Amino acid sequence: MSLWEYANPKKFLTTSERILPWVWALAGICLIGGLAWGFFFTPDHERMGSTMKIFYLHVPSALMAINAWLMMLVASLIWLVRRHHVSALAARAAAPVGAAMTVIALVTGAIWGQPMWGTWWVWDPRLTSFLILFLFYLGYIALWAAIEDPDTAADLTSITCLVGSVFALLSRYAVNFWNQGLHQPASMSLDKEQNVADVFWFPAVTCIAGFILLFVALVLYRTGTEIRARRMRALLARERAVA
Amino acid sequence: MPDLGKYADTVLWSYIASLAVLGLVVAGSVWRGRRVRAALARVEDRVAGKGSTDV
Repeated sequence: MSLWEYANPKKFLTTSERILPWVWALAGICLIGGLAWGFFFTPDHERMGSTMKIFYLHVPSALMAINAWLMMLVASLIWLVRRHHVSALAARAAAPVGAAMTVIALVTGAIWGQPMWGTWWVWDPRLTSFLILFLFYLGYIALWAAIEDPDTAADLTSITCLVGSVFALLSRYAVNFWNQGLHQPASMSLDKEQNVADVFWFPAVTCIAGFILLFVALVLYRTGTEIRARRMRALLARERAVA
Repeated sequence: MPDLGKYADTVLWSYIASLAVLGLVVAGSVWRGRRVRAALARVEDRVAGKGSTDV
């Protein structure tokens, strides 16, 4: 069995409909469980107090904002190289979800920043690159909506995605590139020495799993919707041509 | 409910805003999905007959 089988819309729809209920359920369990764990059963941070509870929303959403764009990048490259419609439609389906994740990261960051930094916003490298990433999301979504021919739209949005990837990576590594600004370096890492205390780490990892699974569920569901919408447009065009 | 102290508003607004955005995305996706599915079924019934699945 090859991964390219899923480039067939019919195969994609049958498979995604089979696994979607499980992904929705797992996403719900991890998300509700992780957030409840973090909100109700973790202590206050010694320096940040109860605002540490925002960590369970801010970190997973910021992580997904970047990784959603990287997923769109992979799908766009597949479209540009192999011309599989499902990959272009998957990138289109992921964009609003990634934009929502970016909004959550920006909003929770601003709300958290106010008591900790004394300001809602600063033109810090990470914050600024995140805002630019959000604008790229909006541009990407608008471009899909503005162009009537789906193949041209897929081409142009794929190029937009390639350009925007610079800011997706920049928003991840900005604090490492420029050692300035208010935003601290990553609080969670595969390198154990850099992680937050275990009491915060475990619920945070559960929330991250929940956000990833929710993203997967939404993208699978929304890609199915895009495939059906594309088929409907094709049928209507055929009907008009016959009439 | 845990004691959130002087940061109660900050924490609660973060959760309310985030869950509202997530809820909107999920509800919007499901709503559009159902609408498109129903519209496609109508078009398929009319054009190609019920049960056609090639995309």
